[in-house]
Amino acid sequence: MELLAFGKTGWGDELFYATLMTIAVSVTAMFIGFFFALIFTPLKLSKYKTFNLVGNFYTTVIRGVPELLVIYLFFFGGSGAIMYVASIFGYYEYIEINAFITGSMAIGIISGAYSTEVFRGAIQSIDKGQFEAAKVLGINKFVQFYKIILPQMLRLAIPNLSNVWQITLKDTSLISVTGLVEIMRQSYIAAGSTRDPLFFYSFAAVLYLLLTYVSMKLINKLEARYSRGY
Amino acid sequence: MDFDLMITSFPKLLGATVVTLKLLSASLFFGLFLGLFFAILRLNKNIFINKFAYGYSYIFRGTPLLVQIFIIYFGLGQIEYLRTTFLWVILKEPYWCAIIAFTLNTGAYTSEILRSAFQTIKPGIIEAGKSLGISNKIIFYKIQIPIAIRQSLPAYGNEIILMMKGTSLASTVTLMDLTGVAKYIISTTFKPIEVFIVAGGIYLFMTFIIHNIIKYLEKRYSFQQ
Repeated sequence: MELLAFGKTGWGDELFYATLMTIAVSVTAMFIGFFFALIFTPLKLSKYKTFNLVGNFYTTVIRGVPELLVIYLFFFGGSGAIMYVASIFGYYEYIEINAFITGSMAIGIISGAYSTEVFRGAIQSIDKGQFEAAKVLGINKFVQFYKIILPQMLRLAIPNLSNVWQITLKDTSLISVTGLVEIMRQSYIAAGSTRDPLFFYSFAAVLYLLLTYVSMKLINKLEARYSRGY
Repeated sequence: MDFDLMITSFPKLLGATVVTLKLLSASLFFGLFLGLFFAILRLNKNIFINKFAYGYSYIFRGTPLLVQIFIIYFGLGQIEYLRTTFLWVILKEPYWCAIIAFTLNTGAYTSEILRSAFQTIKPGIIEAGKSLGISNKIIFYKIQIPIAIRQSLPAYGNEIILMMKGTSLASTVTLMDLTGVAKYIISTTFKPIEVFIVAGGIYLFMTFIIHNIIKYLEKRYSFQQ
């Protein structure tokens, strides 16, 4: 227990901030994922073959390649790509991107591929009559999406999105390889300096379990809220 | 685009693919038995056995695979007693540590897949077997298991692909699998995109093969034959 003391003698406060970092990265990545899903879901559902191809390429590649490889691509390639873009505008200095941004982007793109699939499935399982009824009533596309399709889609999507959240949360452990101090990285540092890896990695496992447990409870509440009337 | 690098790194990456496939097949093989064992425990009426199996799958599904590998590889070596037993021969090798972690992980997911497959079997089928005077054991092996396997094929196919991606974590415990070699080439040449295309292509190809094998099996063992 001394090892977990707050302050200078223990690792309690460090691990606490690391947990906050894990949560921050997961939430940021989840929102980046939503952003990507918002772009790629319409592409996958589009009438045009070319758009379908682009959408399918994104989800197939990201879901078929290990997360770690994607993270390495961003970690090693991220600043290079930014510098290349900057060099077009005549800026040749070295640019280093923040580990938080690189990590969130990498995890966000992975999470987005899963979210895209979830949204596509949810929209496809909405009865066609709903779209037609909205059309007959002369409701414009925008209102149709926000007031009719989205609420029904969310109800169907929440159970699967909770899976995506769990995957995203667990994937954040992988960005410890880039040096961002989240739970896994902090445990690695603590294990190295105290020579007690068993304790710290087990404690990390407990922290992750706690995060997944609490988030499941919250998501269940959300699900109940969106299932009113069913 | 450095095409020369892509061509020269291809054989190296292909060699590393063998390690990935070895890890994958070993952990899937052991994981399937472990999963079946825990799925049967989950169906047990004894509350303690039931809870034990649930706890196992909950813990391994709720924590990242990376933590599990680190606990087994870095953590278990710390216990003095373990170092004196024959287990140490296995646990000092990163290769076996990775396989143990992957097996335990995939076993947890497989047990959930099989459990839900067992539970979706209609009670009428088991009752029909009973009324024909077939013993419980044979009902289980000849009726329940084949139906459960067919039911769980799509989900298990996904699990195989997830596990294939999971084997990339072996590179964090010094194993030179496909991702490990890819990272090594990237960090020596600083050409991440080229290496990503080649290594990612190999992974995608494996995903494609696994996907098609599962699709074929699903068709072959579908009920409408």
